[in-house]
Amino acid sequence: MSTFVSEFKTRATEKTGDVRLRQFIRTALRGYEVNRDNRKGAFQSWESARQAAAETKWEAINHLDTHLESLVAKLEARGTKVHWASNAAQAREIILKIVTDKKARSIIKSKAMTSEEIHLNHALEEKGFTVIESDLGEFIVQLRHEAPYHIVFPSMHLTRDEIRDLFQKEIGDVPSNSPEDLTMVARRVMRQKYIQADIGFTGGNFAIAETGMISITENEGNARLTAALPKTMITLMGIEKVLPRFSDLALFLPMLATAGAGQPMTCYNTMYSGPRQPGEADGPEEWHVVLLDNRRTELLADAEQRDSLSCIRCGACLNVCPIFRNVGGHTYGTTYSGPVGAVITPHLSGLQDWKHLSNASSLCGACTEACPVKIDLHHHLLQNRRNASASEPAFFEKLAYKIFGIVANEPAFWSLAKKIGWLTQPLQSLVKGTALDPAKAWTKTRDLAPVQKETFKDWWRNRK
Amino acid sequence: MTITLFIPCFVDALFPRAGISMAEILEQLGHRVVCPEDIACCGQPPFNSGYWDEARTIAAPIVEKLKNAEAVVIGSGSCGAMIKKFYPELFAGTRHEADAKKLSANTWEFSEFLVRKLGVTDLGAKFPHKVTYHDGCHGLRELNIKLSPRALLGKVGGLELVEMKEDVCCGFGGTFAAKFPMISTAMGEVKIANAAETNAEYIVSGDSSCLMHIQGLLSRQGKPMKTIHLAEVLNQR
Repeated sequence: MSTFVSEFKTRATEKTGDVRLRQFIRTALRGYEVNRDNRKGAFQSWESARQAAAETKWEAINHLDTHLESLVAKLEARGTKVHWASNAAQAREIILKIVTDKKARSIIKSKAMTSEEIHLNHALEEKGFTVIESDLGEFIVQLRHEAPYHIVFPSMHLTRDEIRDLFQKEIGDVPSNSPEDLTMVARRVMRQKYIQADIGFTGGNFAIAETGMISITENEGNARLTAALPKTMITLMGIEKVLPRFSDLALFLPMLATAGAGQPMTCYNTMYSGPRQPGEADGPEEWHVVLLDNRRTELLADAEQRDSLSCIRCGACLNVCPIFRNVGGHTYGTTYSGPVGAVITPHLSGLQDWKHLSNASSLCGACTEACPVKIDLHHHLLQNRRNASASEPAFFEKLAYKIFGIVANEPAFWSLAKKIGWLTQPLQSLVKGTALDPAKAWTKTRDLAPVQKETFKDWWRNRK
Repeated sequence: MTITLFIPCFVDALFPRAGISMAEILEQLGHRVVCPEDIACCGQPPFNSGYWDEARTIAAPIVEKLKNAEAVVIGSGSCGAMIKKFYPELFAGTRHEADAKKLSANTWEFSEFLVRKLGVTDLGAKFPHKVTYHDGCHGLRELNIKLSPRALLGKVGGLELVEMKEDVCCGFGGTFAAKFPMISTAMGEVKIANAAETNAEYIVSGDSSCLMHIQGLLSRQGKPMKTIHLAEVLNQR
């Protein structure tokens, strides 16, 4: 067993044992579901909107080459410096070079999962730079030296009391656990940091090929300050974030807000088209856009699973996933968790190391039903399983299925198997749930249904 | 009509009452029911684990045997989805492709067959209990079965149906239940908590495999709620 799967199982055992946390997450996500469904009602037809969004993204990724060329030409025409990064190491190098050239000391960041993907904070801190997360949830998990729990709600696993205690310990002077007081504490710290920062770092939600704009969605105004105050702005985004037309945002902005957080629109949606132009009063003097591949083009070459590049990182599939709800985000040990993480991580980081995420699913399909861009998520899990078994079959599992095939195809063997099952039941109940029990994985927490003396086939034969 | 009843392996061995109820209901409606004794399993366990060659070894003879059936009825949304939805994919590009598609088109999940093919909802059943209905995920999301079981339950004398708040998976998921028992069990606990909120006496489902998981947990935890297959409810007089 690889260390990745044994670590996953250890964490899953620990987290599923934490009934308080499971209940806390379930209650929070039930609230989300109510809001989301109310917001869906504001669409003339949510299903038609999903279809339109899926088709738009499908067109975008199938013509990624031309859309990216157009995006870059338009960005460069207004003075933006565009960098291409094939992998995480290159992206880190590009960003490190920019911050070093600028003789920067402090970097303020708004939320960007791509920066988690390339482990940017660690690389910057190792070189002596100070990095501050300005998204409140990200700021909280940064203080805890933790990865985000959820791609949209990074600190959803923490109660207000836990956040108050954390702030009291790390910052001090926390009057209460009310959201207003906690936000004011963070704001007090943050406002200073914006002014001190030399570099503002952001991600991007959508890149508009037609106009050369990058659209950033946020609820706190922190991305605007991150982009507006420091002299240099760096934006890192995956190449798949392209949308063909500016008018596509009319669908994608409310859709992202609805699917992601049950909001009609996210509070702040800003389109950036270049650094400060002559005569403009604000904005960064320099803007660097780093476009990240990091094996996305390999996923693009996979005709079966290419649609997973349509993902707009709304988190809807995580929110409805019974696996995510019970094991939580940290258990995955990946940048992207939940169903979409289970689908794409094997492509981004290696199938054999990460196939267990595709196995750790009941294939219930709640994710596919929730996905606003109609990614065939749970069937992709099935395909990952097929690809993993075909390239490196597990010896005993394959043998077991070969034997099962022989038994299933031969009525005499199948009858015998049922008889043996019935006869050995008394023995089974003696060892139930212990180390001697071959069905221990089941019987440790669940009773076995008894094999019947008269099976259906017996009944059918007897009455004829 | 001649109806071929497909009895899944676990219904055969563990839940024969569900199969017997289906056979009796279909015969009472005046149809000829046949049940091929040499079919044990649809091949879903190896298929879902990624072993498609091994799945084809089991599924190919089934396609051969059932390709000319007038109607195949199966008392499980999960095995039904395997045949209806995944056989055409499993046999794509092989010599069985056309027959797999034909079989897919003639295969019906039990409640869908009664309501949509036969147009029957009232079977004259009586079951004076408060129940809740669990939608097996394969039936619900692969085959879009939601209304048929409810239409049937709606006509059962004395039965009161109370819906659960969440459409959530019971956590069975085939081999998943044994590969990741801690997650599967946690999901099952959420399911039974949802069911308990309804104060129902029975959890009814069209899938014995889900019920096997739910009942296994209920029994182990000493909970009084019981599980029963839809066909058994419809066969109560």
